[in-house]
Order: sequence, then C-alpha cells, then structure tokens
Amino acid sequence: MNLSLSDEQVFLREAARGALSRFKTLEAARDALDGNSEAMPDLWPTAREAGWPGLLIDESHGGAGLDAFDAMLVLGECGRVLAGVALLGHLPATTILNDAPNASTELLAALADGEQRAAYLPTRPPDESIGDDWSGDPRSGLARAPIAVAAASGEAGHVTVSGSFSFVPDAPGADVLVGVAMLDGQPVGVLVMSDASGVEVEEVSRYDATRSLGHVSLADAPGVVLDAPQSSLAGAWHLAQALIAAESLGSVETALEVTTAYAKERYTFGRAIGSYQAVKHSLTEVLRQLENGRSLLYYAGWSRVGAPAEFPLAANAARSVGSRALDQAARTMIAVHGGIGATWEHDAPLYFRRAQLSRRLLGGTAAASDRVAGELILKA
Amino acid sequence: MDLDDTPEQAAYRAQVRAWLNEHSPEAPILEGVDAISDEDELLSARRAWQGKLAEGGLAGVTWPKEYGGQGLGPIEQVICNQEIGKAHVPGILDAIGVGMLGPTIIAHGSDAQKSRYLGPMLHGDEVWCQLFSEPAAGSDLAAVQARARLNDDGSWRLSGQKVWTTNAQFASYGLLLARTDADVPKHKGLTMFIVPMDAPGVTVRGLRQISGEAEFNEVFFDDVALDGDAVVGGVGNGWGTALTTLMFERVTIGLGGEALGYNSDRFARAIAADEHARRDPEVRHKLGEIASELLAVRFTGYRTLTALQQGQIPGPEAGLAKVTIVNGAIKAGDLIADVLGPDALGPDSEWAYMISFLPGLKSAGGTEEILRNTVGERVLGLPPEPRLDKGIPFSELRSKEGSAA
Repeated sequence: MNLSLSDEQVFLREAARGALSRFKTLEAARDALDGNSEAMPDLWPTAREAGWPGLLIDESHGGAGLDAFDAMLVLGECGRVLAGVALLGHLPATTILNDAPNASTELLAALADGEQRAAYLPTRPPDESIGDDWSGDPRSGLARAPIAVAAASGEAGHVTVSGSFSFVPDAPGADVLVGVAMLDGQPVGVLVMSDASGVEVEEVSRYDATRSLGHVSLADAPGVVLDAPQSSLAGAWHLAQALIAAESLGSVETALEVTTAYAKERYTFGRAIGSYQAVKHSLTEVLRQLENGRSLLYYAGWSRVGAPAEFPLAANAARSVGSRALDQAARTMIAVHGGIGATWEHDAPLYFRRAQLSRRLLGGTAAASDRVAGELILKA
Repeated sequence: MDLDDTPEQAAYRAQVRAWLNEHSPEAPILEGVDAISDEDELLSARRAWQGKLAEGGLAGVTWPKEYGGQGLGPIEQVICNQEIGKAHVPGILDAIGVGMLGPTIIAHGSDAQKSRYLGPMLHGDEVWCQLFSEPAAGSDLAAVQARARLNDDGSWRLSGQKVWTTNAQFASYGLLLARTDADVPKHKGLTMFIVPMDAPGVTVRGLRQISGEAEFNEVFFDDVALDGDAVVGGVGNGWGTALTTLMFERVTIGLGGEALGYNSDRFARAIAADEHARRDPEVRHKLGEIASELLAVRFTGYRTLTALQQGQIPGPEAGLAKVTIVNGAIKAGDLIADVLGPDALGPDSEWAYMISFLPGLKSAGGTEEILRNTVGERVLGLPPEPRLDKGIPFSELRSKEGSAA
C-alpha cells in the first residue's frame, strides 16, 4: 500500500507551481474579461519548456511516458492559478495517437515536444447500462452531452469526416484535431489537420476568459483513420473527465486557502469570523469535498494503470465530486468575504466564473454523475 | 503508487488466511438459516470464537507481545480485518475493549492491572464496556458528573449515570470517567476507574432506539464501592487517560469506515434491481452523486493507511470521512425508499433498519458539529469559539449554568 507521491511527482508539482508563478494569471483573467483580448499570457512555451505536452506520450515517441496521475498533478497546478494552458484539449488527444500503431512518428514527436498542438474532439462513449452505442441517443436534460459524432466515408486510411462539435477545449490554434467517427457503423479514431479543407474552428469566449474554446465544424474534411482500440477512444473521454476534475480541485485549494486566511483576519463583534461555527463549518465543508476529490484523483490515477476496468468509474466520480467542490468553494469564497467577494475588486468572481463554465464542459458534471451510476449498475 | 502488499505484508496475509482456512468451520454462524438464534448461546459462541482468534494471533494484533498481542502495526491489523471479512466469519466480540480500552490500560494502567485484566479481555472471557458519555456530557465530555468520593481508607464510592453504553448488558468490567474533584476546572478534576459491572449498586437498562432494538444501554451507579486500586492513570489525570482512549477510537473509526457496510456497491445493487429505477435519469443522477462521495472514502482509507505505514497518526481530518459516510448513507436510504416505496420500511427490510439507525449515528463518536469544529480548528487553523468554562471550578460552572437556565 503506497499512495504517497514519489520524489519525481513532488518535483513535477513543485516545478509546475514555480513555472506558473512567473505569470500574473489572475490579473490577466480580469483584464481579459474587461475586453483586453491580448491580456491572457501564452503559456504554451512554458508548457513546452517543462515537457508537459509529451507527458502521456511514450518515451519511444519522444514523450515522457508518464501516467495520468502525473498529468493530473500538472492540471491541478494550472487550476490553482486559473492558468489557461492548452493541456485539457491536448493530452487526451495525444493518448489516442499514442495508442494507434499507424500514427505518424513525426507527428507524435512534434506533439510530444509541443512544436505542434492537438485538440480532442469530445465524444461520449456508450453507457452499456442503458444499452446505447457510439452513434446513439444524444441525451437530454441534466445528462445531456451536446456532442456530435463525426461521420466518415471512404477507404480506411484516408477518409472524409463531417460533424460539428461545440465548446471544444483548446481548439483555437490547435494544429491537429483528434476524435471519434463512425465508419461503416464502427467507431474509429480520426485525425484531421486543422488547416485541411472543410475544417472551421470558430473561437468562442464564454463567461470565463481563462478558458480557450472553439466550435469545430467538419464538412467532408480529409482525415486519417487511427487504428487505436475502442478502449483508447473511450479512455480519452474518461481521461478528460479526470483532468478537468484535477484542474477544478487545484482551484478549490487556492479558494480555500484565501478564504481561510480571510476568516482568520476579519473581525466582527470583537472576534475573528472564522471562530463562528457558521463560517467554520462552511469552510470545513469545502475541505471535506476537496479531500474526497483528492482521494478520487488517487483512485483514477491508480486504476488507469492498475485496474483499467474501473477507470471510467473513478474518473467520472472524480469529475462529479471535483466540479461540485469547485462550485461550493467559489460560493463559500464569495459568502465569507461578504459583499466585496461579489465584486470585480476581488478574485472570487474569477473562481466563480471558472466553476460555472467548467461544470458545463465535456458533457457536463451531471453526465459524469450519471456515468458513475451507470458503471455501478452495470457491475451490480 | 500501488495498493499492493509489501513482501512482509503478503507473508502475514498468507499466514492469517491459512489460519482462517483451517479454523473457519469453528466460527459461529450469525446470518442465514443456520444462524444461532438463542442470544445466550450466541454470546458464548462469540466469546469462544474470540478466544480462538486470540490464540491464533488474530486478536490484539497491535498489542505488545508481553500482553498476549502480536506486537505488529496498524497495517497488519487492517490486513487481519480484511481477511476475517473475506472469510465471512465474525470478528472479535469485544472490539471496544481490545481496540480502545485495552490499549488505554496498556498505556496508563499499573502492572497489577495489566496482568489481571488484559489476558481475559483479549480472550473474550471478560467483555468490557466504555463508561464515558452521560446524558449531559457527550460532545463536551469533560462535563461528566458521575461522582467518585474518596473514603478515609483509600477506597471510593461512585454515584451517577452513563449512557450509550454498548455491550454493558453482558460486560464484566467498564472503564469509567468520573469527577473526583469539583472544586477545580472541569478537565482537572477527573479520574479514570475500572468498575466491576456486577458490583452492588450497578444497574444496566437497555435503551431502545428508533428501530425498536436496544443496541445501547444506560447504566446507573448508586453508591458503588470501588477499591483504591481501581484508579487507572492516577487521581486527577482522567482527562489525559480519556484522550488516549479517544485517540484509539479515531484510529478504529478511520480504518473501519467501510466496515459499517455503507458503500456504493450495496446501494447501487438496490437501484439496479429495479428495472425502471436503473434507467431513470433522476435516480441515476442522485445515485451517481452519492456513490462518488462514498467511493472517495475508500481511497481516503488507503491514504490513511499510507500515512500509518509511514509512522504518522491519523489526524482529526479522518472525522470528515465519517461525515461523508453518514450523510451519504442517509441520502442513499432516502433514495432507495423513494424507489421502493413503503416496502423499504417493512419490518424485515434492511433499509428500514439502516434508515432508523442513521439519525443516531450522526451523533455517535462526536456530533457532526463537534467534528467540524475540531477539523476547522486543528486542520484549517481557524480560531476556537470563545469559551465560558475555562479556568472556572466545575462546581461554580454548574451553579452558573443552573441560574442561567
């Protein structure tokens, strides 16, 4: 039994914290919301320098060959300072390419180095507990995932891909797009160059300026079929859930630190507000959710290597808890700070905006909770 | 990062498993058609089984060897518990004695107390109970009013009432926290005693709960005579002695969270068995949220084990896992009852029992509010609430409370 971080993992985390501390990411987030589109720092060179783009690519292809948990540690550090590093889109895409024996080694090397950047076109894998399939049922309501499946036609190897994807993380500026398409009724991995004919990426900014998003439209775009196994196509989706969970929990950490510090120094009726049970208990509730989320990141990290059949359960549970924890942390941050916490003067609204948008990306938090139920019902 | 045993742990696990393979047929049967129904018969069978476990080295795993234990660490205790669970045999009858009270006597008791009491405790010959809480002293344990007065010959007379006492109805001894000096501040005037439960003046009464069953007792002491050597850890040192017991209680709870049976797999099975509920988006959404938190507790337990393995003692944050388990189980019970309807509340329903048990469990081992205070202060470093009882003699405090009311 050993769930402690290795020396290398501690170093990875500390190095990430150090590298990101050189940027005023929170100030930039506020400026960008004010309409200064140049305000957001380009953090990709920092990511390249640190070796993050190749975290999940095998060493034989020029990557670091590390595990999902290592990537979660980096995303957690990004979340701590609301840094917009394009890893949420890039890393899941690299896992599909890495698992495809026919993927170009030059491309993998360029992606590992960060010379080129990938974006993952999110497609929810089927939930066997309700008998749906890849092409199935665009579900509605709380469990909605407004995500299309691309359609391909043509000879295996070279195909054309059509479909549209909304709010794709890190799509603007990506060199390659990687996702899932139905080919002759079978799901396959596809790779499309973003400068190919029929590809349109419309940059969208929505509520949280730290998050780069794009609507991607493919109209008979030429692409390549990747012979990655279906487990890899599904795995990319679940990995994305775990990564956004880790990022959210990083934001919870700082929100809790800032709010706890304030509760110790702000006095009312002659005593620090943190001494009141009402305030103390709301902060311990954030801590409770944070600790639960951390435990689930360990579960996700361990299971992806040690028990792959449990990874969908673990990753979606982490997403379910992590997203709700960030909402709770942001609302508590605002409430404990009082009126100032709800103004532009304070950082709390930046965490709040991050929470509200993050919860609705990549299929949404409710869909992750639904998936947890599905995985448990399936094995019941 | 791994959940694997070290070679030493694997060897220990194999040794425990081999013992259980050989001796499991001798274990009493608690469930199913062959279950022992007579209560006295069941009790003596469980005592005998604890004795066998002790002889096999499966009880008192962390006790020092000189007191009949194995001198091993908490990891081995967990391995032993896991294997006993997998073998589908009962664990020890007196988990409170062996897990919490015995270690307190080992830490604070006299040599004579250790040699007299520990052996029969470990083997289940003498079951123990914990006599700490009172009707007006639970979260604020140092407010106990059970009063022990010193006689001229060095013996004591004890009067008062304890409550929430598990196993008191068949216990031979109790470890009791009493006030011996009311003229000093409340934490200072306390002393820990060993009380024979068959002493004249001791009355045990079952306390029925919401389910209708009596799992706890209230215990009354009416001028009970105690020898001078009944004191554990010195007169006036009762609070420090009690903290030792509570520390072992925290370790027990921290490592045994899932042993309560409130886990995501069990709740998911109930939903999965209902053809409509398993496809209903609202039911699935609620189940997914509840299950995610309960799954987290499993890995919080593994994180605790990792810390123990590195020689750290679990801190108060382990209490948050209890909050998650209890509240998660309450929500799960609610969801399952919504799905099953009134049948969930039937007399033989496992859910009726769980639903009835949980409101009380919320307060057991420290209320949720006290747990959150402790975690807020000790983990987050938030300032404590101002207190009105510091430095005031207990007798004065009582009269103040009386006049305020």
